[in-house]
Amino acid sequence: MRLEYSKPLVFSLALLPFCWLVYGLLTDQLGANPIETLTRETGLWALRFLLITLCISPLCWLTGMNHWLRFRRMLGLFAFFYACLHMLLYLGLDQFFDVAEIIRDIKERPFITVGFINFLLLLPLALTSSNAMIKRLGGRRWRQLHRLSYLAAATACLHFLMLVKADTRQPIIYIALLAVLLVWRLIHHRRRQSASAS
Amino acid sequence: MWIKKRHPWDLPESEVTDHKTYLNRRKFIEGAIGVAALSVMPFGKINAARGEDFDGLSSSEFSTDERLTSFESITTYNNFYEFGTDKSAPSALAADFPDPAKPWQITVDGECDNPGVFDYQEFIQPYTLEERIYRLRCVEGWSMVIPWVGFQLSEVLKKAQPNSRAKFVEFTTLYDPEQMPGQRRRVLQWPYKEGLRIDEAMHPLTILAVGLYGKMMPGQNGAPIRLVVPWKYGFKSIKSIVRIRFTEKMPLTAWVESAPHEYGFYSNVNPEVNHPRWSQRRERRIGELLKRETLMFNGYGDHVAEMYSGMDLRKYF
Repeated sequence: MRLEYSKPLVFSLALLPFCWLVYGLLTDQLGANPIETLTRETGLWALRFLLITLCISPLCWLTGMNHWLRFRRMLGLFAFFYACLHMLLYLGLDQFFDVAEIIRDIKERPFITVGFINFLLLLPLALTSSNAMIKRLGGRRWRQLHRLSYLAAATACLHFLMLVKADTRQPIIYIALLAVLLVWRLIHHRRRQSASAS
Repeated sequence: MWIKKRHPWDLPESEVTDHKTYLNRRKFIEGAIGVAALSVMPFGKINAARGEDFDGLSSSEFSTDERLTSFESITTYNNFYEFGTDKSAPSALAADFPDPAKPWQITVDGECDNPGVFDYQEFIQPYTLEERIYRLRCVEGWSMVIPWVGFQLSEVLKKAQPNSRAKFVEFTTLYDPEQMPGQRRRVLQWPYKEGLRIDEAMHPLTILAVGLYGKMMPGQNGAPIRLVVPWKYGFKSIKSIVRIRFTEKMPLTAWVESAPHEYGFYSNVNPEVNHPRWSQRRERRIGELLKRETLMFNGYGDHVAEMYSGMDLRKYF
């Protein structure tokens, strides 16, 4: 496949869950509690895209090709897109934009606190994603800032784990995936350090 | 005291055809013809015949006139971990529950003078079924309005003659991992147990339900018989009951055992006491967009608040 088509293709694929949710909503296929389904699914897709974004670097090391990097910003922004939808559903259809109630909720319910922190971590990443911002910050500082994505993925997993009542299988799968991705990085950097030292 | 001696040739009470059934023999014959006709029809139709209607149900002064939640929502959005933790799992997996080849028995025992083991039909036969339209509030922050078919639990308890040590009533769900695939994993300590204080169990609002929407109880809603306690969070209303036991000590219930800091024995609907995961101030009525305020005791305070006077409901949540 020609390289110039790859970006629109990945973009379309990443938009599919959104289209599926809109279609499900319009055709009444989201079950008895569609708002809950929408909130859960957008949250899950935000987490999935965070993890997919964190797969890009290992994919480059694994294949020895750096083409994958061209998708990283877009995938990260899709994580932010689904996180925004998730947040908007919570603010609008769970709390009806009642600011006092929202503040109370963030204070009282630990999993909401974690979810809110998670969103605050994603915000600077999305805001500094443009080329202009990379230039302004400088590559080194930009890279340092974007290490927040590890913390964001971790808080997203924690948020999911805290929300589950008794069956922790699903969040534990995501936590395991994140652990693999982070340990991989650690090993990779160790190796590179020892290679440059020798 | 009159003690009836049973002779081997005596017909047990459960075998005696009651007058109503006797008079209904014509209807029975018609029904048999219907079943015979159905048996030549495609398979799906036979299953539909299992949901035969209860007719001539009396109505109740305890019923609410709020808009009913749709049958579809009530039967597809279920928390019944014995069939999986997903809300859609019970309706997918419990359509044929319970297996008709395994007769359902209910044990009544513990601190009472008249214990017994009953077949399902024998157990419910003495009681007049009525329709009770109750609000159901789940601890997760959603609610429904459900037209149950059932009878007061108090009638069963009176018959069992609890003794002076009976302070609580413990209920147990069937344990059968073959029929209930969710029990193959230990998400909760199986079998599921629930409990009520004896005065709560005797309260006229507390019912044993055997159906909803005038139909036999669907598997996913706790067939064949379940508890309904409308002023408490939904998980108190234990499904698919096989045992009712009078106890002196407070029973250890499934969710209290699983997470004692999150769930209390009483679990009365209370908008002032939050669960760590769900604010209890408001609820989403299934089928509605806007949330509504949650009412103390789920709106049944006039009937039940008295039982808790003088209790600190923050402590006894």
